[in-house]
Amino acid sequence: MHAVVSIKQVPDTSEVRIDPRTNTMIRSGVPSIVNPEDVHAVEEAVRLKERFGGKVTVVTMGPTQAINALREAVSLGADVAILCADRGFAGADTLATSYVIWKAIQRVDREDPVDIMLCGRQALDGDTGQVPPGVATRLGWPQLTSVLKIDEIDFEERFVRVHRLVEGGREIVRSTLPAVITCTRELNAPRYATFPNMVRAARFQPQIWDKAALGIADDDPNIGLRGSPTIVSKVWAPAPRQRSGTTNIDGSDPDRAAAELAEVLSGLGLTRSTHVSPVTAVPASAAGGEL
Amino acid sequence: MTAPEMAPETVVDFSDHRGIWVYVQHRGGEAAPVAWQLLGIGREMAQQIGVPVAGVVLGHQVRHLCDQAISYGADTVYYIDDPVLERYRTQPYAHGMASLIRKHKPEVVLYGSTIHGRDVAGAVATLVRTGLAADATQLSIEEAGHLLHASRPDFGGKLMSTILCKRNRPQMATCRPGVFSVPEADSSRTGKVIKEKLGLKEGDVLTQVVEFIPESHHVDLSNAEIIVSGGRGLGGPKAFDMLFDLADAVGGVVGASRAAVMAGWIPYQHQVGQTGQTVRPRIYIACGISGAIQHLVGMQDSDVIIAINSDADAPILKTADYAIVGDMFEIVPALVRKLREMRLEGVVSPTVDDGMSADEEEQASA
Ligand SMILES: Cc1cc2nc3c(=O)[nH]c(=O)nc-3n(C[C@H](O)[C@H](O)[C@H](O)COP(=O)(O)OP(=O)(O)OC[C@H]3O[C@@H](n4cnc5c(N)ncnc54)[C@H](O)[C@@H]3O)c2cc1C
Repeated sequence: MHAVVSIKQVPDTSEVRIDPRTNTMIRSGVPSIVNPEDVHAVEEAVRLKERFGGKVTVVTMGPTQAINALREAVSLGADVAILCADRGFAGADTLATSYVIWKAIQRVDREDPVDIMLCGRQALDGDTGQVPPGVATRLGWPQLTSVLKIDEIDFEERFVRVHRLVEGGREIVRSTLPAVITCTRELNAPRYATFPNMVRAARFQPQIWDKAALGIADDDPNIGLRGSPTIVSKVWAPAPRQRSGTTNIDGSDPDRAAAELAEVLSGLGLTRSTHVSPVTAVPASAAGGEL
Repeated sequence: MTAPEMAPETVVDFSDHRGIWVYVQHRGGEAAPVAWQLLGIGREMAQQIGVPVAGVVLGHQVRHLCDQAISYGADTVYYIDDPVLERYRTQPYAHGMASLIRKHKPEVVLYGSTIHGRDVAGAVATLVRTGLAADATQLSIEEAGHLLHASRPDFGGKLMSTILCKRNRPQMATCRPGVFSVPEADSSRTGKVIKEKLGLKEGDVLTQVVEFIPESHHVDLSNAEIIVSGGRGLGGPKAFDMLFDLADAVGGVVGASRAAVMAGWIPYQHQVGQTGQTVRPRIYIACGISGAIQHLVGMQDSDVIIAINSDADAPILKTADYAIVGDMFEIVPALVRKLREMRLEGVVSPTVDDGMSADEEEQASA
C-alpha cells in the first residue's frame, strides 16, 4: 500500500494579529503549524500503513521553512517527504498550486504507484478547500471530500467505501482506487509522536524538487503568479456593524431583568411567522469603502 | 493535460462571454436556499451591467427546479436531465457544468459555499482552467469590464479581502449561504429552458452513492427566525438545557459559539460564526458569549441582538441592541418562567414555524 498525503504549513490564525493602521498581518512571532486537518490525513495514512503494510509519502509546496511541516509528518510516521520548492512557484493561487502538487504526485506515482491520496479538508489560512479537487481532477481520480470515516478499503479489489459529511446528514459512497480523500477532524484522533520518531524527524532531510525535477519547463504558464487566475486586490479590516443605540437592561435583579426582556421579546413579536428576514446584502462598496 | 496560455500582459477580449450563472444545488429535487439567494444577487448584478442571469440545473427529472429558478429571477435555465445525475456525484456534475460553460460561455458563475458547492466548483474550475474565489460574503460587479469583486473574510475573520479574476472567464465564486436574501418568487415570470445532453454514461463514473443518512436532529440555523446561542460561559453541556428551554419558550433554535462546540458540549451543526454558519435571524440571543470577531461575522446581521453577559466589558454587549450585564444562570430561567406565564395569559405565543422556506412552494411558467 502506498499512500500520499499532501500537507500545508500555515500560520496559526489564532495567533495572527492585524496592524490596525496598515491592515497587514503582523507576522513576527506568529508560529507556523501543520494545517490541523492535514494532521488527520497523515494519521489516517499511517493507520493504513499499520494495517496493510507499505509506505506513506508526504508532499508539500512552499518555502524551505516548510521542511518543518514535513518533519512533523515524519515524526507521526511518514516514510518519505518531498518539498516542492522553486522561485517560480511563488504567488500561486489554488489553481497553480494544484498544478504543482499534481506534477509531484505524477512523479511519485511513476516511481512507486500510489493507491490513495489523503489531504486535509481545507486549510486554516485560506479556508478554500480547492486544492484537493484541483489535484483529483487533474489526476482523473475520484474525489471524496469531507470524509468522516473510511468504512471499508480493499487494495486488492481496488475500492474504498467512505462516509462523507454532506448538507443535512452523511452519505456513504463507494469509489474505485486510487482516489483522493479529504479528511475532517472526525476521521481519527491523531497520535503524539514517539520519542524515537521525533529523533528521526529532527534529522530527516526531505527531497527537494524544483521545476526541473518535476518536469516543468521554465516558461510553463501554469505555475506561480502567471498560472494564477485570481488576485487579491484589496485587504481591509471589517468595521463591526454599527447599531443605532444599545438599550441597557440592569441584570442585577434577575426577575426584573427577565420581566423587561420578556416585554421586549413580546414587543418584537414572537408570533410572526415569516421566512427569511428581509435584510438586504451589503454591497462590497458600502462596507469596504474605495473599490 | 495542458492549460491555456495565461499572459498577464496582454489585454484579453472577453466579449464572447456573457451572462451571470447560478448553480442550482439540490438534493433529490429539493433546492438549497442558497441557490435562490444567489439568483437574487446574481440578478441585481446582471441588471446593473445589462446581461441575462441564468440558473443551471443538473439532475434527473427535476424540471420543476427550472420553473422555480425562473420564478426567482432567472431569464434562462440550462438544464441537463440524465439518470446518471440522479444523485450528486462530483465527476458527472462537474463534467456537465464544464461542458455547459464551454458551450455557452458565461462571464460569471456562482455556487453556494456549501460542502456540495465547494466540491463541484473546485473540480469545474480545474476543468475549465479559471479562477475560483472561495466563500464570498460580498459580491459586486464593475460596469466597465464586468469585473467581479468577490470579498471574503480572511485570517479567521480578522480581515476582509477582495478577489478578482482578470485574465480568465468565467469568473467563479463560491458564496456563503445565509448572506444574501432570497428574492420574492413570482410565478408569473417567464423564461427559457435550454436542454443539453450530459455526454457521459454510468459506466464512465467511478463512484456510487450507496446511501444517504439524514442527520437525526438536523438544526437549520440559517433559516431560523429566532436563535438562542450559548458559549463558554455555560461551563458545561448540562447548562444547554436551560437554552433549549428558552428556545422552546420563544419558538427558536439553539446555536453555539465555537468554544462550546470545541468543548464537546453541543454538536458542530449548532456553531455560528466564521467556521460555522452565518445566520440572520430576526432575534439573536447570545448567552455567555464574549463576542469574538469570528463569532460576530456569523451573526451581526441579525435584526435584533440581545446579549446576556456577566462581564460589562464583553464586546458582544457593544454589538447588541439590548445588553444585559448579569448572571445568565439566574436571568435565563427567570425569563423562561416569565414567558411561560405570559403565554398562559395569552400575551405571547411561540412562533409557528412549519419549517418550510419561501423557496419550496412557488412554481413558474417557463
Ligand atoms: C480561524 C478561527 C475561526 C473561528 N471560528 C469561530 C466560529 O465560527 N464561531 C465562534 O463562535 N468562534 C470562532 N472562533 C473562536 C473565537 O475566536 C472565540 O474563541 C470564541 O468565539 C469564544 O467563544 P465564547 O464567546 O463562547 O467564549 P469566551 O470568549 O470564553 O466567552 C465566554 C463569555 O461568557 C461570559 N460568562 C461567563 N459566565 C457567565 C454567566 N454566568 N453569565 C453570563 N455570562 C457569563 C464571560 O463573561 C465571557 O464573555 C474562531 C477562531 C479562529 C482562530
